[in-house]
Amino acid sequence: MPTTNIDFDAEALYRTLLEQVRTGLAGVTDAAIVGIHSGGAWLAERLAGDLDLKDRLGFIDVSFYRDDYAKKGLHPDVKPTHIGFNVDGATIVLVDDVLYTGRTTRAAINVLFDYGRPQCIRLAALADRGGRELPVAPDFVGVRTTLQSGQSLSLARDGAGQLSLTIEDDNAETA
Amino acid sequence: MPKLHNHPQLNKNGELQHLLTIEGLPKAIIHHILDTAQSFVGISDREVKKVPLMRGKSVFNLFFENSTRTRTTFEIASKRLSADVINLNIQASSTSKGESLLDTIDNLAAMHADMFVVRHAQSGAPYLIAQHLNRMGQNDIHVVNAGDGRHAHPTQGLLDMYTIRHYKQDFTKLRVAIVGDILHSRVARSDIHALTTLGVPEVRAIGPQTLLPSGLEHMGVRVFNNIEEGLKDVDVIITLRLQNERMSGALLPSAQEYFKSYGLTPERLALAKPDAIVMHPGPMNRGVEIDSAVADGKQAVILPQVTFGIAVRMAVMSILAGGRA
Repeated sequence: MPTTNIDFDAEALYRTLLEQVRTGLAGVTDAAIVGIHSGGAWLAERLAGDLDLKDRLGFIDVSFYRDDYAKKGLHPDVKPTHIGFNVDGATIVLVDDVLYTGRTTRAAINVLFDYGRPQCIRLAALADRGGRELPVAPDFVGVRTTLQSGQSLSLARDGAGQLSLTIEDDNAETA
Repeated sequence: MPKLHNHPQLNKNGELQHLLTIEGLPKAIIHHILDTAQSFVGISDREVKKVPLMRGKSVFNLFFENSTRTRTTFEIASKRLSADVINLNIQASSTSKGESLLDTIDNLAAMHADMFVVRHAQSGAPYLIAQHLNRMGQNDIHVVNAGDGRHAHPTQGLLDMYTIRHYKQDFTKLRVAIVGDILHSRVARSDIHALTTLGVPEVRAIGPQTLLPSGLEHMGVRVFNNIEEGLKDVDVIITLRLQNERMSGALLPSAQEYFKSYGLTPERLALAKPDAIVMHPGPMNRGVEIDSAVADGKQAVILPQVTFGIAVRMAVMSILAGGRA
């Protein structure tokens, strides 16, 4: 079956995700937003701004927790992890751009637990492309889609901060 | 094949296989190490000061020469990467029973070591080990030079570069002075190679003629015998320890005399730029190469160097251990 090479309206997906997260966090007192570098970090920044949680915003790079280090080595471009709030007891929305195998999510949860013991962690993704290899499910998701194995979804941000999500044909695995 | 001998620290893809010296190390690799170290700095402030990267790996600290500080920082770095660390007390072990260095290495390799951190009084000992491992096809065992003779101390050089970058950002506008016993200093040699590679336009060596190696000018270094002249308008001062234990023959009249001529005092520091930083690889001899008022003053970044040193060693080890042969 030929793939429909339609790209997504990332800004519309973001608004969908924002409303879901807003509803999901209603009444939560100790909420925080943590984005996974790089795409998840852009989304987390936007969410924290729109939800008035700018002082409860963190970023993580999962390179030091990946399960393919022994096979692939250290990621060439490790970004600093920064969590400036107290993780203990917090309700954390973990944000990633594309949810695929679930391995990145697993690594990110391990990072968070090395900072403390959150009350709970919710998972938000702009796009869920299926193909899970671990028991991981999103709580908030912009769109669910199915891609072929040789394809990947790529989030980009332009100079004005506008997001775009495109399907790319390559053999690169996104974890 | 000759390439292997020229650069036993790089594999055939140009990736870091061992860290033996900064000399000849591509700028991109140095920056990669410093960038990675930056991500490790925050880990020491966390609730859990560990990442699981080297879980299940065995790091052997082979210190043929004493060094509490360097051995400890490597040990901490290994542990924060979740590796298992084995400290070998070489003086009390097989080498004193007559076993050769390479036999010792073969035995440790047979114990499935993943990394050797080597400190040796002989220049080139880590090279010998790395070449031996490469020759034996033990490509997944990595060697880190933790100081060999007068030759090199690459992780100290890298942590010095990390410190300079942290405080001064841009290497290409700096004037850096290295003061003291450059002749016996592997730190100075590693720093000079790193500074030159990173594009520092002016590196100065300051010291008495008897403690300066010949040929410094060929390394792109400006030589000063007068400390007052040498410190003028510098951005960074790297003070070296006066290495008493290496001193053979009468290169200096006395430690007091040295302090009078080359000790870093507040008055001399005032000749440098007002925001100049003062570094020292430790351990310090107060009142010999550095005045206490400077060592404890607000321009000193000597303790941050120690903190950054752990992150830099974590970066080096994780890049090496993750490399494919």
